[in-house]
Amino acid sequence: MSADSPAPLGAAPDTAPRAFAPDPGGAPLGRMVRAQARMESRLMLRNGEQLLLAVVIPVIVLVGGVAGADRIGIDLQGHRPVDILTPGVLALAVMSTAFTSVAIATGFERRYGVIKLLGSSPLPRHGLLLGKVLALLNVVALQLVVLAGVGLGLGWDPSGAAPASSVLGAVLAIALGTAAFAALGLFVAGALRAEATLALANLVYLLLMAGGGVVLPTSTYGAASSVIQWLPSAALGEAMRTALVDATIDGRSLLVLAAWAVLGTVLTARTFRWE
Amino acid sequence: MPTASPAVEIDGLVMAYGDQVAVDGLSLTVARGTITAVLGPNGAGKTTTLETCEGYRVPQRGTVRVLGLDPQRDRAALLPRIGVMLQAGGAWSGVRAMEMLEHMASLHAHPLDTAVLAERLGLGDCGRTPYRRLSGGQKQRLGLAIALVGRPELVFVDEPTAGMDPQARRTTWELLEEVRRDGVTVVLTTHHMDEAERLADHIHIIDRGTVITSGTPAELTRGGRSATIRLVVNRPFPEGAPESLRTDLGPETEVRQIDEVSMLIHGPADSATLGLVSRWCEEHDVLPQTLNLGQRTLEDVFLELTGRELAS
Repeated sequence: MSADSPAPLGAAPDTAPRAFAPDPGGAPLGRMVRAQARMESRLMLRNGEQLLLAVVIPVIVLVGGVAGADRIGIDLQGHRPVDILTPGVLALAVMSTAFTSVAIATGFERRYGVIKLLGSSPLPRHGLLLGKVLALLNVVALQLVVLAGVGLGLGWDPSGAAPASSVLGAVLAIALGTAAFAALGLFVAGALRAEATLALANLVYLLLMAGGGVVLPTSTYGAASSVIQWLPSAALGEAMRTALVDATIDGRSLLVLAAWAVLGTVLTARTFRWE
Repeated sequence: MPTASPAVEIDGLVMAYGDQVAVDGLSLTVARGTITAVLGPNGAGKTTTLETCEGYRVPQRGTVRVLGLDPQRDRAALLPRIGVMLQAGGAWSGVRAMEMLEHMASLHAHPLDTAVLAERLGLGDCGRTPYRRLSGGQKQRLGLAIALVGRPELVFVDEPTAGMDPQARRTTWELLEEVRRDGVTVVLTTHHMDEAERLADHIHIIDRGTVITSGTPAELTRGGRSATIRLVVNRPFPEGAPESLRTDLGPETEVRQIDEVSMLIHGPADSATLGLVSRWCEEHDVLPQTLNLGQRTLEDVFLELTGRELAS
């Protein structure tokens, strides 16, 4: 069945062109995945609330934190506020997109029947998932560029002691953090109704931003830090700070993130319903 | 087109949700190149049956074959060959109409020209409108465009004209007829008799999860034991006229007064009934101006088989 094959003789007595003549077939997987990723990134960036979460809030936290750090009097163990806050805000941005945006977008895709309709298209489920991951990485990359730019503008000076360790540590933290939060986000979206997902994903984001050890080091939380350090938010924040402040790799935090990623994936695989 | 296997073959399908049986031993066949209507009241099991063909639901009992394939086992091979129009939804709320259509086109190997298709469906004016701001009829037309854009062999359309104005309904019907002419098989569900009568080559009437009768529109409405008689008289009926007429005609007849000078009589399709109505008019001193034995409709067929009215 190709576009060039002639219409069967005698099938249509009239000579009108057969505009709807069947010629079915799925596009190659790579093309479908890229199309899906483009579509989802575009929709994420078009959505005002998600943009607020992805860029505006992290920028406010960074600028406000740097400006107000001296007055709050938090002990940053001799480091400049901008050097501590920038890696934390990068971690916050990853969390906002991978968890909150993914959960809300997927929750409403289920509600609106988008996932159902795609389920009757040639795009297979694993293609849809790959498309989602690519879209998510696109948006995270954009966020990191913007926020790192703002940080540099505010005088951020990441440790230059061991650039290779810094980059490796940050990349690992972002990859594992994205995986952990996206798996948890999909778990919430797949288990709850869209409205409940919206509420819970925003609430969890706010709670973790305020008390989850993501923007500020866990050491600033006093006695609570022994609990907080096991949260995915704190693990991501600490891994980013260790990479960009101390230029070393925080193996323990990366392991915590990996464990959350596994937990989230198992929970999602067991409970997620596409419809 | 190969015509070896039917487009759809369902045999003894059973689907239940909890203890609610939605489909109860349903069997039907759809021949290739036809428009086949699955007609029935809301809740008859139409959508569940369709969704089993589309691979969304696993048959609990019975077998389903679509284009000779098993919608579950051969899902990957089947999906590119069919088009699906859902009863509602299916798009992101913020996506623009044309953007959505182009996205669905990009998932196919040889899609139709989206601009031409949108024009045909009257979506030219709302191409940049976000989905959430489209009217009900526009959403339906976009859904139909999405079902057709991949040049499928077979399309499933669930209540295609629900929420459309009469003009859009006619356009949609003409489009579906053109699609059939070009060799696409169309399976549509509807609870509108006029839609089934006008469009379908073959109709399966289903009720309570099972096919109660099948045939071409002509076969289904031909003959039969009952018909609708329309009676219009020259001056208002006396008080209690419907009851009195029913007493004369017998218990198998239904009489419904439409206004003060007209009635619909549903009963045995024979001249004896016409004679009785005519005599009743004489006795009650009204003159029939219209007394005709209407053509049997699908509504009559449904009423005869189930004792209930189809109209929702």
